[in-house]
Formats: sequence, C-alpha cells, structure tokens
Amino acid sequence: MDLSYTQEQQEFRKEVRVFLAENLPSRISEKVRLGKRLVKGDTQEWSAMLNARGWLAANWPKQYGGAEWDAVQRQIFEEETCLAHAPRLVPFGLTMLAPVLLAFGTEEQRQRFLPRILSGVDWWCQGYSEPGAGSDLAALKTTAVLNGNHYVVNGQKTWTTLGQHANWIFCLVRTSADVKKQSGISFLLIDMETPGVTVRPIVLIDGQAEVNEIFFDNVRVPVENLVGEQDKGWTYAKYLLTHERTNIAGVGFSDAALATLKHVAAHTMAGGRPLDRNPHFAARMAQVEIDLMAMRTTNLRVVSAAAKGQAPGAESSMLKIKGTILRQELTSLLRRAAGPDAMPYLPEFLEGRDTTDPFGPEHAPSAAPTYFNMRKLSIFGGANEIQRTIIAKAILEL
Amino acid sequence: MDFNLTEERAMLRDMLQRFLGERYDHEARRKLIASGAPYDADILIELAKLGILGAMFSEDDGGFGGTGFDLLVVFEELGRVGTIEPVVGSAVLAGGLLSELGNASQKALIGQVIGGVTVLALAHGEPQSRYDLSRVHTTAQADGGQIVLNGTKTHVVNGAQAETLVVSARENGAKDDEGGISLFLVPLALEGVTCIDHRNVDDTSGARIVFDNVRLAQSDRLGKAGSAFAALETATARATLAVCAEAVGAMEAAKALTVQYLKERKQFGVPIGKFQALQHRMVDVLIEIEQARSAVVNLAGNLEAERNIRERHVSATKNLIGRVGALVVEESIQMHGGIGMTDEYALSHFARRLTMIDHLFGDVDHHLERFIALSAA
Ligand SMILES: Cc1cc2nc3c(=O)[nH]c(=O)nc-3n(C[C@H](O)[C@H](O)[C@H](O)COP(=O)(O)OP(=O)(O)OC[C@H]3O[C@@H](n4cnc5c(N)ncnc54)[C@H](O)[C@@H]3O)c2cc1C
Ligand SMILES: Cc1cc2nc3c(=O)[nH]c(=O)nc-3n(C[C@H](O)[C@H](O)[C@H](O)COP(=O)(O)OP(=O)(O)OC[C@H]3O[C@@H](n4cnc5c(N)ncnc54)[C@H](O)[C@@H]3O)c2cc1C
Repeated sequence: MDLSYTQEQQEFRKEVRVFLAENLPSRISEKVRLGKRLVKGDTQEWSAMLNARGWLAANWPKQYGGAEWDAVQRQIFEEETCLAHAPRLVPFGLTMLAPVLLAFGTEEQRQRFLPRILSGVDWWCQGYSEPGAGSDLAALKTTAVLNGNHYVVNGQKTWTTLGQHANWIFCLVRTSADVKKQSGISFLLIDMETPGVTVRPIVLIDGQAEVNEIFFDNVRVPVENLVGEQDKGWTYAKYLLTHERTNIAGVGFSDAALATLKHVAAHTMAGGRPLDRNPHFAARMAQVEIDLMAMRTTNLRVVSAAAKGQAPGAESSMLKIKGTILRQELTSLLRRAAGPDAMPYLPEFLEGRDTTDPFGPEHAPSAAPTYFNMRKLSIFGGANEIQRTIIAKAILEL
Repeated sequence: MDFNLTEERAMLRDMLQRFLGERYDHEARRKLIASGAPYDADILIELAKLGILGAMFSEDDGGFGGTGFDLLVVFEELGRVGTIEPVVGSAVLAGGLLSELGNASQKALIGQVIGGVTVLALAHGEPQSRYDLSRVHTTAQADGGQIVLNGTKTHVVNGAQAETLVVSARENGAKDDEGGISLFLVPLALEGVTCIDHRNVDDTSGARIVFDNVRLAQSDRLGKAGSAFAALETATARATLAVCAEAVGAMEAAKALTVQYLKERKQFGVPIGKFQALQHRMVDVLIEIEQARSAVVNLAGNLEAERNIRERHVSATKNLIGRVGALVVEESIQMHGGIGMTDEYALSHFARRLTMIDHLFGDVDHHLERFIALSAA
C-alpha cells in the first residue's frame, strides 16, 4: 500500500487548481459558498467551461468526449472543485443516463444523446419515482403501450429534481402487466416538449421548488427512444442506481462543508470565546473530521476496486449511507454554529435579489434551509433503510 | 407527589384544545402566512377571551395563574397545533418582566396584554450576544434629567408587532457584567427607533431594532437602575419553559402524523409500519418524547425554586429538548420519505418550529456547558 499521491497526480491537482482560479466566476462560487440558490444559467455556464476543457464527463470514455479519469483523479477533481465552491454538476445526464447508454444503448443513441449532454443542449431529469412507487420502485404504474412505431405513455412521475429546467426525461415505464413486476419495466427517453407532458412544481420544506410532479397524458414516444430491450428496464435502472449512489456519497462536499464549518466556528464568539473552543462543539466537529478522513479512504478503496468506468455494486450502498450521514451532520453543525442568526428566513438574500445586511453573518441565512434541504440525502437515490437492506442481503447474506 | 393536573388546569387545557381544534390547523396557518400577516389578530383576542393570556399571570397582576404548570399546559397545546401568535414574547418575556419589576402605573400594560389588545416585546439580544444573557452593549446614558438610549437589538420576537418594547441597556459595568443592566419601556413609535421586520424560518416574526439617541424619562425605567439581570434570567427561565412545553406539543403532533403515515403508507404491499427497521426507531422516538415531557415537568415544578436549582433545570431541560427535537424532526421526515420534505404537508411546520426552538434562549451545546458550570458551582 502507498497512500502518497504520485508526481502525476500532484501535477493534476495543480492543473485543476489553476483552472479553477482562472475560470470559475466568483459571482457563482460566492453563491455556492454562502449556500445561496443557483439559477439554471449558473450551472450551464460552469458546465460549458468544463466542457471546453474536456473535463465535464469525468468517467466517460475519451471516444465520447469524456476525461476517462481513474478513481484518484476523480477524487482529486471533486475535492478541488468543491473546495473552490464550484456548483454541483447536474448528474442526470452526465453520471446517470450516460453510463446506461454506454452499457446498454445503441451506438446511434450514444451519438445522438451524448454530445448534447456535453454541449448543454439537453438538460435531463430522472423519471423513476411515482406517488405509489418510492422505495418499492418496481411497483411503478406509468404505462407505455406500443402502437405502430410509437409508445403511448400515460401516468405520473414525482419528486423529479429540477424537472422545471429539463427538456428530456428518462423514465421507467410499464410495458408488460401480467408478469413479475420487475419483469415488465422498460427504460424510455422522453422529449418533454412532446404534447401531453405537464410539469408541476413542488415546494420543499426549505422554501424552494426543487422537485416536480410530471404528468403524461397520451404522450407519443418514438420506438427508437427505447433503451436496450423492452421489459428489461429493471436491469438498466439498477445499474444506473449504483452510479447515482456512489455520487451521493459526496466526500468533496463534506470536505468543503467542514472547511466552512471550521472557519465559521473560529470566527463565531460564543460564551466569550470562539465557538471552536466550546469543548462540546469542538468535540463534535472533530468527530466528523475523523470520520471524514476515514471516509475519504473508504470511498477511494471502494471506487478503485470497481472496474474502470463502472460503479461498485452493493458497496455503493455503504458509501451512500456513511457519506450522507456525514453530510447531514455537517449541516446540523453549521445550523447550530449560526446561533440565533439561523432564525430569519431571507429568500431575497438567498436568491441574490437583496445583498443588503442579512441580519447576521453572511453564512447564517442558508444554515437552516440547507439543514432541512439535506434531509433529502438519506431519502433519495434509494432511502438509507433500503441501502441497509441491500447490504444485509448482498454482503452479509442474511 | 401527584402527576395529575388540577381540575382548573385540566379544564383550561380541554377548553384550549377544543378551541384550537376548531379554529387552527395547517391549512388555516398556511393561508394566514400567505396573506403576509404576522399572526391572526382575531385568534389572539379569542385566546384572551378564553383566559389563555390571563393564565400567564398571577392573580396579583390581574391574571389567574402564572405558575410553571400553567405555562406547561397552555404551551403544549399551542405547540400541538403550531400557533404563530405572539404569546411567549409578549406575555411571558416582556409581560413577565413588567410583572416582576414594574410599578403600579407601568403594570397597567399587563391588563392590556391579558385582554389581547396590545402586544409587547422584549428587545434584549444583540448582534454579538448569541445566547449570553449578560452581554449587553446597548447603552443608556444620563443626559440632564433624561436617559439616552443607543444600540442595536436583534431577533426581537414579534418586535415589529409590538406597541411597547421592554429594552435592556447598560447603565454601568463592563460589556458582559451581570450588574449594570437596566430595562426601559419604549414605545416602538418613539423618535429614534427603527425597526426592520422579518419572517423566521418557522413563520414566526422577528425584528432588528436600532435605537439612535432615543430620549427617555427616568420614569420609563423598570425597577432600579443597573439591577435588571436577575429578572431577565427569571423571565428567560419562564420563556424557556414555555418554548420547551411548546416543543413537546409539536413533538406529539409530529409523532401522531408519522405513526398515522406508518399505518397508511404502503410499499412492497404492506404498510411501512410493518417494517421492524422503522418500528424500533418509532419506539425510540416515543421513549424520547416521554423523556422530553418529564424534563418539562421537572422544569415547571422547579420554576419557583431557588436560583441555582431552577437554572440547572433550565439548562437540563433545554439541552434535552434540543436533542430530542432534532431526533423527532429527522426521524419524522425520514420515515415519511419524500412527503416529509414538502412544504405543503403539516409536518414541515412542526419540523421548522422544533428546530428553531433550539435557537431560542440557548441551544444544546450552550446549555450542556452551562449545566456543567452550574453543577460545579
Ligand atoms: C428532494 C428529493 C429529490 C428527489 N429526486 C428524484 C428524482 O429526480 N427522480 C426520481 O425518480 N425520484 C426522486 N426522488 C424520489 C426518491 O427516490 C424517493 O423519495 C425515495 O425512493 C423514497 O420513496 P418515497 O418518498 O415514496 O418513500 P417511501 O418509499 O414511502 O418510504 C417511506 C419510509 O419508509 C421506509 N421504507 C420503505 N420500505 C422499507 C423497507 N422495506 N424496510 C424499511 N424501511 C422501508 C423508507 O426508507 C422511508 O423512510 C427524490 C426525492 C426527494 C426527497
Ligand atoms: C445475563 C443474563 C441473565 C439472564 N437471566 C435469565 C433468567 O434469570 N431467567 C431466564 O429465563 N432467562 C434469563 N436470561 C435469558 C434471556 O432472557 C435471553 O437471553 C433472552 O430472552 C434472549 O434470548 P436468546 O439469548 O436466546 O437470544 P435470541 O432470542 O436468540 O436473540 C438473539 C438476538 O436476536 C434478537 N432478536 C430475536 N428475535 C428478534 C425479533 N423478532 N426481532 C428482532 N430481533 C430479534 C435479539 O434481540 C438478540 O439481539 C438471561 C440472559 C442473560 C444474558
């Protein structure tokens, strides 16, 4: 074993740092640093910059415009971009759909969709969950009936993240009714501008309309938008989920959150001394840091063990559980650090419409909304309870 | 020992429960908030008519209660439906200080609070004070026969809705001395007072209030010069009890919603409450809420005890409520899945209020440290 970075890896880190310093607009990174709300254009602008450098698709093959980085490079890139407060890349096209198309799509589909993900022409969203099908995803009811060379889709998806910005949605739909519920599912790509698609926003507990309900009313989808074989969608869906989970672990986000927390705690006076001198607060902060140091290595160990371009199997559930627990704990500490200044709800400040004195330190207005928003981490991508069940079955063989 | 409520308090609780059950729910509160109003003035008047505001004061002050158990009964019910009306800041904090320190003419305001026709607010916290009660930088300087007030107060509960403020200011001593702090009655409309209203995360209202050369008379002072700290601590103890009891009500509401959801929501063909992974955690939530209730009973029963005993209970209870509050919030949301994250669903209000209660009058870390210090003393 050798924990040190090679010369090459150190050079790569420098290269990423220089790139960030020269390119990432402070207008955007300040929003991320302060937990303010990003608009669609912020994400698009940053994605375009990365794409121009060939760094947008970290784990795609070079042949399709990807960077084809190994696990260590990806981790270095994630650490540096998070610490520099770069916006989170929208994962739906880049790290969810693309691996599925690469593994199960036709060459035609790859040529058609992958370049448009890179160029930002398409913004994808994920149509898995339905009102009656959350953890029990295979219970989904949205139907697609083959009619000539079109599928006709009817039903409803929900909790669709950033669906309001998207022009394409990948959906799990039921194509066969009288079989085992996992066996009748297909993976369909739907242009959201097709007649019959309606998007309705859902406001979440932090006041943001981050997710949506999406309704399909006799939506006609050409057969060439089917991925893989009809009725085999469940296999592709699960394959995608392992990629999604590995992504949610978010070690880089935790690194950045810890750095912010330490800074805030050092500059917040509590009981006549800095908060990081409060033994209870300091102990909790140290505990998270200790866990995070180990988590970084757990993440690398698991991700490196997976084949190139692939996601780990049941181990991805482990990363998701531990990673989300740490991220949530960090938001809880940041909330407490803000003290009474966590109380005002200032949407104008969070949306950047009002930059005047936010009643307290600049990091405070987002502390409580972020704490609430990040409760989602243990719910989506398969709730943590479901991940535990997966580990119990697949690893412990219980 | 007797863990039953007296007949009068049981009646008060039943009456309040009935009234709130008929008049207050999540939809009504959402409409109210959407209208931009900071609270429902009619509800406040009706609470007054029911004697709820009177229950915050002793008979000497024209009320008919004022003890720890009166606060407990009222605030648990208010918390159970999630009211945002100005009761704790007005009647318990500011009203409590008037009752403790006011002279006969100043106390006339208490009658108006009990009647629900005026709202008071305590302007005490400052940008740098965090949870330290004695850290007062606002100054009150003698100028001829007058007093001149200068400083900034933050997170004033219902500050912008108040007609009269109780304002703390330093007449002498260093910036965090307990001695030297005085309280003054200041009309919000007085020259030199600027108030910026804001909504809080839990839909209650707060304000930042600046005092710029505000001129007061000697007769505006509550009690003796420089000696208000003890009364501030007592009023804060009472207000801490109030929000802790409110938290228990909110916990019960969150628990009821979650248990109902565990029974109704089906996944994998069965109600999710059949999964032992959730059952056991819901049981832990139940146990911790019982602990929270006991902690509140402990504080209520020791509210009139000598200072050190009372304050140990204040810190013990507030610490425990903060910990259990976070557990209830996080577990209730988690066990609901996506629905638990939505603003529209009633749980969101209880989750936000429970979380913000941790930020009022000292959070878990503050009170853990304070408990240790008080225990060593
Ligand atoms: C902010 C947010 C964004 C989302 N974005 C998307 C998106 O873009 N696209 C998309 O398709 N979906 C999305 N989701 C949906 C997400 O995947 C689901 O919420 C998740 O799968 C849980 O389903 P559910 O909400 O129906 O909860 P339920 O499945 O009803 O679960 C409720 C509770 O029961 C528990 N539970 C269920 N079954 C079991 C069991 N067998 N054993 C033990 N416990 C169990 C769960 O863990 C949870 O705690 C998003 C959700 C959120 C909150
Ligand atoms: C120090 C000690 C003193 C004792 N004294 C007495 C005594 O005086 N008289 C007497 O009669 N017995 C006594 N016992 C026995 C005790 O009651 C049993 O150990 C206990 O009932 C558990 O049974 P078990 O050891 O067979 O474990 P098991 O029942 O095999 O349980 C093993 C594990 O599985 C868990 N488990 C089992 N069923 C479930 C389920 N349905 N859901 C979730 N988890 C489950 C258990 O919680 C435990 O963690 C004593 C045991 C100990 C350790």
